Order: sequence, then C-alpha cells, then structure tokens
Amino acid sequence: MIYIFYFLFFGFLLTAIIGLLASWIDRKVTAKVQYRVGPPLLQPLIDIVKLLGKETLIPAGSSKITFLIAPVIGFASVILVSTLLWINNIYPARSFLGDLIVVLYLLVIPSISIIMGGFASRNPLASLGASREMKLILSYELPFILAILVTVIKSGFTFRLGEILTFQAQNGAFVRSWSGTLALIVAIICMQAKLALVPFDIPEAETEIVGGPLIEYSGSGLAIYRLMKNMLMFTVPFFLIIVFMGGLRFDGIHLWYGGLKYIGLVALMTVIRNTNPRVRIDQAVKFFWGPMTIIAIIAIILALLGR
Amino acid sequence: MSIKLKALLKSPWVFHLSTGSCNNCDIEILDCLTPRFDIERFGMLLVGSIKHADVLLITGSGNRKSMERAKRLYEQIPKPCLVVAVGECALSRGMFIHSYNCPVPIDKVIPVDVYIPGCPPKPEAIIAGVVKLIEKVKKDTMKK
Repeated sequence: MIYIFYFLFFGFLLTAIIGLLASWIDRKVTAKVQYRVGPPLLQPLIDIVKLLGKETLIPAGSSKITFLIAPVIGFASVILVSTLLWINNIYPARSFLGDLIVVLYLLVIPSISIIMGGFASRNPLASLGASREMKLILSYELPFILAILVTVIKSGFTFRLGEILTFQAQNGAFVRSWSGTLALIVAIICMQAKLALVPFDIPEAETEIVGGPLIEYSGSGLAIYRLMKNMLMFTVPFFLIIVFMGGLRFDGIHLWYGGLKYIGLVALMTVIRNTNPRVRIDQAVKFFWGPMTIIAIIAIILALLGR
Repeated sequence: MSIKLKALLKSPWVFHLSTGSCNNCDIEILDCLTPRFDIERFGMLLVGSIKHADVLLITGSGNRKSMERAKRLYEQIPKPCLVVAVGECALSRGMFIHSYNCPVPIDKVIPVDVYIPGCPPKPEAIIAGVVKLIEKVKKDTMKK
C-alpha cells in the first residue's frame, strides 16, 4: 500500500510539479538571456492542459497501436524511475541489490519510446529524427555508464543506491574528490544529450527537421511526451545528485542545500543550452566516444587509485 | 467558459503559412518573436509542424497551387483551432485582385476568424489583432 502512495505522490505528482517548474525556469532563463520577458509561471502546465483538450490525429498508414502506446511506455518508465529514486533517497535501507542497474536501464526507455513513436508515425522527418536519436543513445550511453561506474568503485563496489547514499553521508560526497568531479562533468554533458538539449538536440532540431520524431503527434500524445520530457528534467539531475552529491535531505538547512544543488544543475543546463550551437550527429558521436570516454576512463583509474 | 478553451487562449501555438506572399508580412510576423515585442509572454510559440498548432496564420494572395495545400493543412490542424489572415493580400488579394492566378480570396476556401489589414501590418497591429481574436472567442462563448 505504501508503495502505491509513493508511486502516485512522489513518483508522479511531486516529480511532475518540480519538472514543470524546472521547464518554466529553463524558458524564463532563456528569455532573460535573449533580453525578453518570458512566459508566466503556469505556462508549462497550461500548455499541457491545452494539449490534453485537443483532437488526437493518427496519420494514415501509420502503425496505430505502436503510435498510441509509445508515449505511455516512456511516461510509465519515467514515473517508475522517479519512484525508485525517491524511495532510495528517503529510506536508503529499503534499496534492493542492483537497483542502480535498473535505474540506468529505465532512464534509456524514454528515448526508446521516442524512437518507437517516430518510426510508427510514417513520416520521413520523424524517421530521420528517430534514427538520429538511436545514434545519439549509442554515443552517450558509454561515457554515462563509465561515469556512474566511478561512484560504484568509490563506494566499495556496491550496486545499491541506498548504500552509495549512506557511504556518502558518512565519508562526504563523491564530487569533492578528483575522480568524482571528472565523472560529474562527463555525466552532466551526457545528461544534456539524454534530455536532448541544445548542443545535442540533433534528433529534434526544430529549425532543421521541425520537431523530429514528435512531428506527427497532436493532442494527448504530444501532451504525454511533453510531460515526460519535463519530468525527465527533474529525474536525471536527481539521479546525478543522488550518486555524486549525496542526495536531497529534508531536515532544516539541508533542504536549502538540496534546492541549491538542483537549481544549480538546471541553471547549468540552461546556460549550456543557450551558449552553444547544435552539432552534427557525427561530431556528437566523435565527441562522446573520444574525449568524453577518455575523461571517464581517467576518472575510473583515479577512483581505483583512491583519489 | 470551459477549461479547455481557457487553456487554448492562454497558450495559442502558431503555425505560419505563406500562400505566395512577397515575404514582407512574414518578416513582420517574425518580428513579433524578437525581444522588442516578445509574444512568448502571452504563451504564444511558433511551431514547425501543423499537428502541434492551434492558430493558422495565413499570409499571401492564395494562388491556384498553394490554396490546395492551404486547404489540406486546414484539414490537418487538430480542432479546436483558429485562423488568422495577415496582410492585404490575404484579406482581398491586394494588387493581385485581377490576376489570372488568384481566382478567389482566402476566406472563400477557409473560414477566417480575424483579419489583420496592412501592407505589411506592423507587429503592434498583429498583436492587437490577436488580442481582438481572443476577446471575440471569449465573448462568443459567454453568449452560449
């Protein structure tokens, strides 16, 4: 029973609220960077309510069931992964063996749902975007997993998120060591690609292939995809906060620190997004398999040497 | 007013369609997105795909080739939707009124909700037109 409560309240409601707020911060900061005023506070919520009230069109000749079910799969996996993260953050003792691996797997499924939706919608631009998304997953997963491996090594080869958290509570956050800092830098850049933000927004390039895989989605399908992306904007930074920065705590001054950690990561993402041009897909693959993987391997060697 | 329509009026996403205009109206529409006018503060966004749009913004005189496409786009836009005609050409075909290539004005093919005159209209005029459209939709639903 308690798990259903966690699933609905923390996994869905709280994550959605913080995610919508983060997406508002992102749009507002972007507007401020461009000397504009920016949208009002409730704008992301209004967008989603509006999309839910609109007609859902299914393109002729598309695979209907896959087209309709793809957004739901991605959305469900985001709710599941945020529930896991919240339970581990609140009760570190409740974690099970290998939940770090489960979280890593579930974080890929939103991208896979976008690929499914793109290929199912029978549109050349959507297929192009989906194939680019696939190449992007192949490129950023390697350095991302290597960066997370650093935390596994530093916490004494444990695959439980709860033990990683308790280890950090006793010995200080991993980001304070050299290997942790290097791994966090790699993970932040991979997060940018995971969320498809600007230097790596190759799959959905608005000005080039007009939204990519989401081009044929309208109404509630698009609403679920947007909500999923906004929730990912909370879930992925939250994962990095748990494995590198010692998680969020809710007692006294630590609540303030936790908020600062999260808002700092979101602001960093927005600044990277606003100061960089889009790269090509071959440049992205070269970047992730070259410099990023090398930095991640250096971080692993440092972690094995105990630094 | 239903919450559906209220949300629609607070975040109208715009799809911009040119049916053979001279590009002046299009430049003025893009001006609305610049820091000086910034229509994102009303929740308006320019979207690239017709399936994401709520407002169809039409410019140009509507010639024989492009009107077929405009009609198809109007059929593809998810309802409820609104249509705005911008510029003299879209209103009455402007200087092309006697042209062999522009047989009918746009509002004979697509139901137009608001007309914004000018050649080209200023960005202020476009924003004022959209505000009038929102007022009109509100008043219409109040009556019902």
